[in-house]
Amino acid sequence: MSRCPSASTLEAALIVSETVIIAGAGQAAGQAVASLRQEGFDGRIVLVGAEPVLPYQRPPLSKAFLAGTLPLERLFLKPPAFYEQARVDTLLGVAVTELDAAGRQVRLDDGRELAFDHLLLATGGRARRLDCPGADHPRLHYLRTVADVDGIRAALRPGARLVLIGGGYVGLEIAAVAAKLGLAVTVLEAAPTVLARVTCPAVARFFESVHRQAGVTIRCATTVTGIEGDASLARVVTGDGQRIDADLVIAGIGLLPNVELVQAAGLVCDNGIVVDEECRTSAPGIFAAGDCTQHPNAIYDSRLRLESVHNAIEQGKTAAAAMCGKARPYRQVPWFWSDQYDLKLQTAGLNRGYDQVVMRGSTDSRSFAAFYLRDGRLLAVDAVNRPVEFMVAKALIANRTVIAPERLADERIAAKDLAG
Amino acid sequence: MTKVTFIEHNGTVRNVEVDDGLSLMEAAVNNLVPGIDGDCGGACACATCHVHIDAAWLDKLPPMEAMENSMIEFAEGRNESSRLGCQIKLSPALDGIVVRTPLGQH
Repeated sequence: MSRCPSASTLEAALIVSETVIIAGAGQAAGQAVASLRQEGFDGRIVLVGAEPVLPYQRPPLSKAFLAGTLPLERLFLKPPAFYEQARVDTLLGVAVTELDAAGRQVRLDDGRELAFDHLLLATGGRARRLDCPGADHPRLHYLRTVADVDGIRAALRPGARLVLIGGGYVGLEIAAVAAKLGLAVTVLEAAPTVLARVTCPAVARFFESVHRQAGVTIRCATTVTGIEGDASLARVVTGDGQRIDADLVIAGIGLLPNVELVQAAGLVCDNGIVVDEECRTSAPGIFAAGDCTQHPNAIYDSRLRLESVHNAIEQGKTAAAAMCGKARPYRQVPWFWSDQYDLKLQTAGLNRGYDQVVMRGSTDSRSFAAFYLRDGRLLAVDAVNRPVEFMVAKALIANRTVIAPERLADERIAAKDLAG
Repeated sequence: MTKVTFIEHNGTVRNVEVDDGLSLMEAAVNNLVPGIDGDCGGACACATCHVHIDAAWLDKLPPMEAMENSMIEFAEGRNESSRLGCQIKLSPALDGIVVRTPLGQH
């Protein structure tokens, strides 16, 4: 492998004798490892992950892996042979406990201290915990890791009663899997609709309707004020005084970025580790990528923290390139997908601040696209079983296109010709 | 087990054996065959597992379903031999299949 050229900037790019430590071993970390070697970095790579598992994809945790139809080995981003061939030191089941940014050292939970020339913080996030009486109930679970799913799967028996707290993507995907497995499922959502954070009411109501058709009970505008009961049964107490019996309770109420280590080290954090368009943090030689970062998005003229596979992959690539002295500024249209029943929802862009929704097709069918506009400019799309609309909209959003709403709605114009 | 022959963009030939039921995309990734990204992990949501199937094998594959047919339009260098690797499940019927991988997916 060839060396990276050394940069003429104040911060030298990596040369062959240097060490990169990656704190975290998830999607962003796995991508960074591959990208570092692809960019020609020939030095030492140390991958430190708190979970005792090689980097794996999380989306199947609330889909096929939860359903038991996909074994763990098929979740790995790369097989074990990849890390051997790439000469990566994998320290799994090990956490970074302290960061000395100026001294370029980390301390691990086994007491070891490791020095680095460059550090990538890919620490991801953790499931937000319920904060109410009974939050320590033994039948309450969260779903973020393989270990979480292993603890849940045994309880997914036909006829079992499942209460999901939170009607976001995680809650709804679990509901779909559980309904298919024959459980009695109830979703409790505090907002007026499911997916309230991310979709317009029409799309949210469509998803509620699909779930209800599958036998799921959905209660919106419903808070959870506590969990009663003992080890044999959970009783979820709602804000309006109902008590719902459950054999299993899973809360999917958001993700908190893992920034504590970094805050303690004095790096700038604000809803995530603050980075620039090359994934550089406020400390020289230290980069961050993935769910844990707050980063600039030029398309939306704002700073974002995104929880998506796509962002983790692209920031992993950007950070690796930057470490090697190659500028690949991050400029991406955020996108995301969610599989529920036979529906594939693909969303591109961010709809925050929309003032108009244009529907292409109808929510009476299981195939439509909802386009979100502001001042006539396309911000985002929610495409349900409409992959062409999704792909075309991604390009239109990237170009900040102003587009006539009638065009978007007109099915006589083929989706692939929407750009005109 | 099914044998797959991958031919890289630079002509390198790799003969691998893969468990039945895995996809062509997984076969490539698991055997460190370059040129395949598979960003969405096989969910047919990204079109970055684009491969070219050798002419002799093309019509032995099950036809594309609607999702693959739509997504593959956006794969770079798409031609008649194109398929999305994540949508092709390996089985004894495909033993010996020959697949060409592109230089890159983006």
